[in-house]
Amino acid sequence: MKAKPATVGLYAAILVAGVAAPLVFPHYTLQLAVLWIMILFALTWDILGGQMGYNSLGNILFFGAGMYICALTQIGLYYDIAEYTASSGEIKVDFTMGQYMLGLGLGTVAAGIGSVLLALFFGRIVFGLRGPYFAIGTLGVALAAGELMGTWDYVGGGGGISLPVYPGDPNDRSLLYYFLCFVAAIATFAFLKWLYSTRFGLAVNAIRDDEEKAEAMGIHTERYKTVAWGISAFFLGIVGAVFGNMVGFIEPLEVAFPTVTFGIFMVLMVLLGGKGTLWGPVIGATLFHVIKEVTWTYLLGWQWITLGALIIINVIFFQQGIMGWMREKWPERFGIVVDRRATISASEEAQ
Amino acid sequence: MFQNLSLLVQAPVLNVQLLLDGLFIGATFALAAYGLALVWGVMNVKNLAQGDFVMMGGYITVALAQAGIHPILALPVAIVVMFIFGWVVYKLVIRYVIDRDLFTSLLATFGLAIVIAQGLNLIFGPEVRTADSGLAIRSIFGGLVTIAEIKLASFGLAAALAVIVILFMKRSRMGQAIRATAQDARAARVMGIDTDRVYAFTFALNAAICGASGVLISMIWVIQPFFGITYSIRSFVIVTAAGFGNLPGVIAAGFGLGLAEQYGGFVLGAQFQQATVVGLLVLVLIWRQIQQARHRQAVR
Repeated sequence: MKAKPATVGLYAAILVAGVAAPLVFPHYTLQLAVLWIMILFALTWDILGGQMGYNSLGNILFFGAGMYICALTQIGLYYDIAEYTASSGEIKVDFTMGQYMLGLGLGTVAAGIGSVLLALFFGRIVFGLRGPYFAIGTLGVALAAGELMGTWDYVGGGGGISLPVYPGDPNDRSLLYYFLCFVAAIATFAFLKWLYSTRFGLAVNAIRDDEEKAEAMGIHTERYKTVAWGISAFFLGIVGAVFGNMVGFIEPLEVAFPTVTFGIFMVLMVLLGGKGTLWGPVIGATLFHVIKEVTWTYLLGWQWITLGALIIINVIFFQQGIMGWMREKWPERFGIVVDRRATISASEEAQ
Repeated sequence: MFQNLSLLVQAPVLNVQLLLDGLFIGATFALAAYGLALVWGVMNVKNLAQGDFVMMGGYITVALAQAGIHPILALPVAIVVMFIFGWVVYKLVIRYVIDRDLFTSLLATFGLAIVIAQGLNLIFGPEVRTADSGLAIRSIFGGLVTIAEIKLASFGLAAALAVIVILFMKRSRMGQAIRATAQDARAARVMGIDTDRVYAFTFALNAAICGASGVLISMIWVIQPFFGITYSIRSFVIVTAAGFGNLPGVIAAGFGLGLAEQYGGFVLGAQFQQATVVGLLVLVLIWRQIQQARHRQAVR
């Protein structure tokens, strides 16, 4: 498949903007990093919610799990975890740059792998559930994870864990985490763009359209569903590890398992952008993040009410999202594929 | 962790306390869950704002108590106010989600839940509140077991409300119309039932039931703007376990959940009480899935 020059130009512009943004606006590095995390949230949610038709409300589980796995790896490499958490900040971590980077690298990899294992395990439990039961079940798993982590003293309980302090310059630190988030989001996008063009993407779409028929056609739905969840868990786990270090402090309910904030935002962003498309989540996440930052700044106290109203209006009146709306408005821009498919099926019927 | 368990065996009288508290609390859970079963069964709306309706009922009581009105007298006020509120919410939001796919109602009512919880937070502040009924606390078994009279009163009120609702559903014209619509909305329309009005009434009735449950909870326990989601989850646990259209099942599951929470909180520690609720939800869903898997075996 040959890419059009306009598409290449768009990708190049996004990459350049992504690299240049923190250098041009150094005060907004954190917000920009969160923007990339939001885009990654939306993209990973859309694997299940948009492409596969399984609306999970509990994907945030892997975000928190990755965060905890990474933190424990980083600390456990050089300290005794139980002693460290029991001292609640009394033990001062003093890492050299090499130790810090090794801990972060190993921790991030462990977070990705650990999240995939969790997804395989929980997949066996939740994928038998259909429709609203799946949504409520995943919501329950994520809420339970947050509550249980809060009671587990080994990992710091409700008080949380503070992560190792970056040994270098604070500006370098924020740039490092910005670029980690940036690379994670871009890698997710590139991977999903490839993934949706493969047989896997078709199989997952078949599950969304009619699961029983897909199974009857010989698609091993259970395996595809679990792998799809594992993929979104992998990226969420990695970005969780990065976010935990970026914030510098992990606490079970607000930071690691924010089910009613980030966990719902990811659904909302995808619905806003248009679910089941590649670009929808990206557009939705960007727009949502801007709206959120503006309301949080100018409507303080009312921001949650605005957000709730936005959810209701979006879900009821604009569920197709921006991409879906554009598809209705300018079908010819998306229409080439649709027309060809229509002619193919027509000619098949004629035979 | 488990020393409390041996305490229960050594001093069986403590069980009486837990059993009674579980039943008193469970009665209010069953009430809210019955409301959910109603809207789920009749109009296929999965209302995640259920718990926030409960909290609204509770705050109406607290507000009236501050104005010097006894909490029990707040019950009719809360029912009327919540009925109107439910009707308005139906007209504004729920009307548009009835015919939509399953996820729409979950998300839309979740947005509603956020709006209500934050609204309560802005008006009343984030503190934990309770409405003081001024009734005495009695002790039996030589002071080992205490029963607040208000808990007995609330249990009686919950039972009375349940009876009224059941009679209403069985005997009144509207109750019959609701049941007819639940069975087959299209046939009901053909027979001249204004189903839109039935839906509105059902949702308003659900809000009123939740409001009543909230009044009782604010008298016997505590309320807080953000406790709503836990009550919603409780209602989902109960309805999922019992199935809708199964009123004795809902009541039994409500009592069961009340007991499980009391015992879970006592044996494992108070910080596990929330975890018990969500843990039970996951367990109920797993159990349901095992049942369904058995059902699907024949197909494979």
